[in-house]
Amino acid sequence: MRNISVSTITTVIRKLCIEACTELPFDVRKAIDGALETEKNPVAASVLSTIKENYQIAEEKQMPICQDTGMACIFMEIGQDVHFTDGNLTDAVNEGVRQGYTEGYLRKSVVIDPIRRGNTGDNTPAMIYQTIVPGDQVKITIAPKGFGSENMSAIKMLKPAQGLKGVKDFIIETVKKAGPNPCPPIVVGVGIGGTFDKCAMLAKQALLRPVDSSHPDPYYAALENELLEAINDLNIGPQGFGGKTTALGLNIETLPTHIAGLPVAVNINCHVTRHKSEVI
Amino acid sequence: MDDVKKITLPLTKEMAESLKMGDRVSLTGTIYAARDEAHENMIALLEEGKPLPIDIKDATIYYVGPAPAKPGDVIGSAGPTTSGRMDAFAPTLLDLGLRGMIGKGARSKDVVDAMVRNKCIYFGAVGGAGALLAGCIKEQEIIAWPELGPEALRRFEVVDMPLIVIIDAEGHDLYVEH
Repeated sequence: MRNISVSTITTVIRKLCIEACTELPFDVRKAIDGALETEKNPVAASVLSTIKENYQIAEEKQMPICQDTGMACIFMEIGQDVHFTDGNLTDAVNEGVRQGYTEGYLRKSVVIDPIRRGNTGDNTPAMIYQTIVPGDQVKITIAPKGFGSENMSAIKMLKPAQGLKGVKDFIIETVKKAGPNPCPPIVVGVGIGGTFDKCAMLAKQALLRPVDSSHPDPYYAALENELLEAINDLNIGPQGFGGKTTALGLNIETLPTHIAGLPVAVNINCHVTRHKSEVI
Repeated sequence: MDDVKKITLPLTKEMAESLKMGDRVSLTGTIYAARDEAHENMIALLEEGKPLPIDIKDATIYYVGPAPAKPGDVIGSAGPTTSGRMDAFAPTLLDLGLRGMIGKGARSKDVVDAMVRNKCIYFGAVGGAGALLAGCIKEQEIIAWPELGPEALRRFEVVDMPLIVIIDAEGHDLYVEH
């Protein structure tokens, strides 16, 4: 058993919120820089160079890369031998978000009620995803999620007979329908299998993987490559003005599912795909 | 591609008619920042027969909810939000004289029809380039609804804001015709 004070959680989350929103992860930078070298369409290349200049300015001035600093999506892998002390864990997580978003001059984008609205003023509550894992450590990943891209995401419960073709068609159709709205070049997170809710979560978890990573199963790794190529042939391009760079990456996560089902979820992220982790 | 048209606001009907889909533009002058809630509030005022907090004639509205300014800065990151969410409100404002809109993403047929009817322009700013765009904003002031935080109605003074004409006054749409 290892005791961890929840005040440590607050401190780490405060720091991760600010860093995630101001410093674009290396894998995403590499993908943008790579696209800039290969993009032949002049308008597309000019948009990509603006995007590059923007992430450089954000880091230099320590200001948010994008004004939509998102809902604070916080993934916690908690070792089963950890005992939290000195308070309530959920309160400590939200306190970290409150401090990070307030002291880091990040935008407060959360309303208290989905229909009646009303800004909470401190970007809380966070969206918290906890899993219990072996060990005595806590891994915290923060992935601030903007809603320009979240709004273009979709889930569908396919029939098993629709099979691989149905899966591919739904993913492509979702990206096509999103068009210029989610700030392409996008990153596509795909969940396949599980239940309705787990499938959506898989799609979100897929966005945490580096954009240039591959699924460990060669079958899905090949499918990731095939779909990314098909998406980049849609000629949506950076900001939807045409070109080859519609998506920087596509990651698939899967789970076993029911004999009657084939759920597929597509969680779209923009070129400001932010994720930052720390292990306590 | 190489020619950037310098525009000093307000955007008149004649200026709007001279711009074409795909034109790169550098915009200088006064614009208004408004997104979802500020639009709802403006339409509510009109329904009550009350005046708008801004002079809408030949005005340009930027769909943006900026991040807060750090001490010493004019404003925080301030890139465009998805314009489609304002489609329900835009035709009413266009019919009242709104001449320019700045945002990102597709517009509805109703908006394009109202743009053609009134000779208006829909400009695109690069979505996600909020840190870069903040540098073009030299002054800002909250005009109404400060309690809405990032959704308050603001006045911006911008200098050389880099934009592209997505939909022109004839209804040509860069997203469709590229």
